[in-house]
Amino acid sequence: MTAVAPAGARSGVLGPRRKELSRLGTGVLLGLLAAVITGPSGTGDHPSRGLRGALLAGRVVPYLLVGLALGALLVVSDRGLLKARIPKVSPIARTQALLNRSQKVRWSVLAAAALFVILYPLTLAPFWQGVLVRSIAIYTLLALGLNVVVGLAGLLDLGYIAFFAIGAYTTAYLTDKLPVHPPFVLNPFLVLPFAVLAAALAGVLLGGPTLRLRGDYLAIVTLGFGEIIRILAVNGDNFAGTNVTNGPRGSVGIPHPSIHLFGFNYEWGLKQLPYYYLLLVVIVLVVLAFKNLEESRIGRAWTAIREDEVAAAATGVPTVKFKLLAFSIGASTSGFAGVFYATDVGFIAPDNFLFIGSILVLTMVIFGGMGSIAGVIIGAAVLQWLPNYLRDLVPAEDRFIYFGALLVVMMIFRPQGVVPSRRRAREFQLAESGVGGADGMGVTPGTKQ
Amino acid sequence: MCFTSQFWDLTVAGLAIGSVYALIALGYTLVYGVLQLINFAHSEVFMLGAFGAVFALRPLAHGTPTGAASVALVAFGIVVGGLTGSLAAFVLERTAYRPLRRRNAPKLAYLISAIGASLFMINIAGKEFGRLAINVPQLYTSGTVFKLFGAVVTTQQLVLAGAAVVMLVLLDRIVNATKLGQGIRAVAQDAETASLMGVDIDRVIVTTFLIGGFLGGAAGFLFGSITNVQHTMGFIPGVKAFTAAVLGGIGNVRGAVLGGLILGLVENYGVACTESAYRDVIAFSILVLVLLVRPSGILGERLGRSA
Repeated sequence: MTAVAPAGARSGVLGPRRKELSRLGTGVLLGLLAAVITGPSGTGDHPSRGLRGALLAGRVVPYLLVGLALGALLVVSDRGLLKARIPKVSPIARTQALLNRSQKVRWSVLAAAALFVILYPLTLAPFWQGVLVRSIAIYTLLALGLNVVVGLAGLLDLGYIAFFAIGAYTTAYLTDKLPVHPPFVLNPFLVLPFAVLAAALAGVLLGGPTLRLRGDYLAIVTLGFGEIIRILAVNGDNFAGTNVTNGPRGSVGIPHPSIHLFGFNYEWGLKQLPYYYLLLVVIVLVVLAFKNLEESRIGRAWTAIREDEVAAAATGVPTVKFKLLAFSIGASTSGFAGVFYATDVGFIAPDNFLFIGSILVLTMVIFGGMGSIAGVIIGAAVLQWLPNYLRDLVPAEDRFIYFGALLVVMMIFRPQGVVPSRRRAREFQLAESGVGGADGMGVTPGTKQ
Repeated sequence: MCFTSQFWDLTVAGLAIGSVYALIALGYTLVYGVLQLINFAHSEVFMLGAFGAVFALRPLAHGTPTGAASVALVAFGIVVGGLTGSLAAFVLERTAYRPLRRRNAPKLAYLISAIGASLFMINIAGKEFGRLAINVPQLYTSGTVFKLFGAVVTTQQLVLAGAAVVMLVLLDRIVNATKLGQGIRAVAQDAETASLMGVDIDRVIVTTFLIGGFLGGAAGFLFGSITNVQHTMGFIPGVKAFTAAVLGGIGNVRGAVLGGLILGLVENYGVACTESAYRDVIAFSILVLVLLVRPSGILGERLGRSA
């Protein structure tokens, strides 16, 4: 199957000395790169200032040393000296195996986790409660949805945030906070089905024509779509003379959700904690739903498509239909999250829905482990918490350097993610040894069509 | 019709910008030929090429050069932009693609790695070169050179189209008339068999990235000289050039050129009919339309079979 020379072929060409030197060189380069990334910034007029400050100053020394150490470690591990020391099964895998083996352990861990997520936020400062709701909880919801697309169906959606925008703008419209007036005004809770429907519809319209084709076309089409939705929102203050979206200024004063049932009245307000618990309930419901989905006939169809699309189609799985289903489930989850975002923040503008948002959610799914619900939640939590925690150390605009590097590093060293789904991890392993696939994209690069 | 009144003006401008799209589209199509993969980070190769050219030209261009000095500076900009692009593409292949190729990773992994590399390059460029747009030094005075059917043809448009034509002819010769080109076509057609016939696949892939990177980087300089240079400048031209590549038939070298020119034209006619704000929407609608109607593109064959 493979058209690529095996890994050993090339390294055999280099003498042992040269190989060791190149390992050391790799380590040093990585150290220098880290020095540049964490170093000072340059400007358009002084483009070398950042580099000079990072590399020609005393601060480069520790980076160089760490890089050299890394290179030495690579050399040592090449010689097989470390093999005996590195456990075959990683601690994460061992923990996962333990959880899977014993019901008792699993339930007690779940109970402890539940207690933690319910009680811990009560002790947090308002800033962190805000982070918890607007960054972590909303993005957990988003990541769970994208996980269906990337993790279960093995497709790549790069315009995911557009559906989030559709959900948010639907909310603004149906709560009468856009310049165009809706036929009826609804409580944010009642907006949910409409937002889900709108996002799913957009997903079907976009995915329908694209999913019949090679998988990477979906990636680029969604990438374009994300940008188009934003451009439409920005220029929507003059659609043939009518102001529809209020343009770059966006929509202000979207009401908080409220419950009026059987004499019980409650309205969510500016306080973030009640939102947190609302979203917690929503997330638990979504997790249960997706878990069931994964184990249902639909989930098995997705697995079949990932592992061998041709065989799946041959045994009667309508592959395009199931891919479209996954894509629109992802889209509607994003729209769903958009409603909660809009009602919590109360203000939306096109700038809330930049391309980078789609990539951020993708990074969470990849980091946590595509196909793994626990992994995705952990991914969202860690990748939102850490930048906020380090906000005095790392400038906000530098964050995406790290996220970009993280994506590449994950793909090279741990494509299954930090807390992998066992099935997905196995698929990657098998695909790399030439058995089956691990995505819903058709051909593997470098192989014959 | 809305575009008939300035038809020739729009045509000239469309062909000029279209030739830049064609240059970028070639980078996508070449890599697609040998790897069956959209190189998502190609737009950042384009961006880095533009930065390379600006920084190299700054100490050289003072005032407004004329005559031979202008020509030399433009050529220098193209070469430096191209070489920077090649370098960026080389590093990209080494870090983001080759480790995956060694492991025979699934396609999804390549795309995600490419997205990561793209994100990394955009933001590291933003950090090192500032996040505000900068200008390419003025290299010539743009004026009317001649008139074509009443349409003004400016120096700028001639520079874009001329530079593109020279590079396209060179590329066409390389792909069709050299041993290297034969290797590229062989790998595109059937990598496994090519390797059995003694083609060094690694070398072919690296060279393909180098060539695509050169064209992309040079296009970055040309595009930057008519707009400006910024770390985020690659995104939109990247999507458009990809559209052009698909429109012409991805994997097909001449198709990419044709697609670029058509896209430039349609975009300009379309803007005349709507608003300039929707310039990018037009290109995207074309992409979806092509995928719907003729996903194999106009010349719809892969690089190996016809190039």
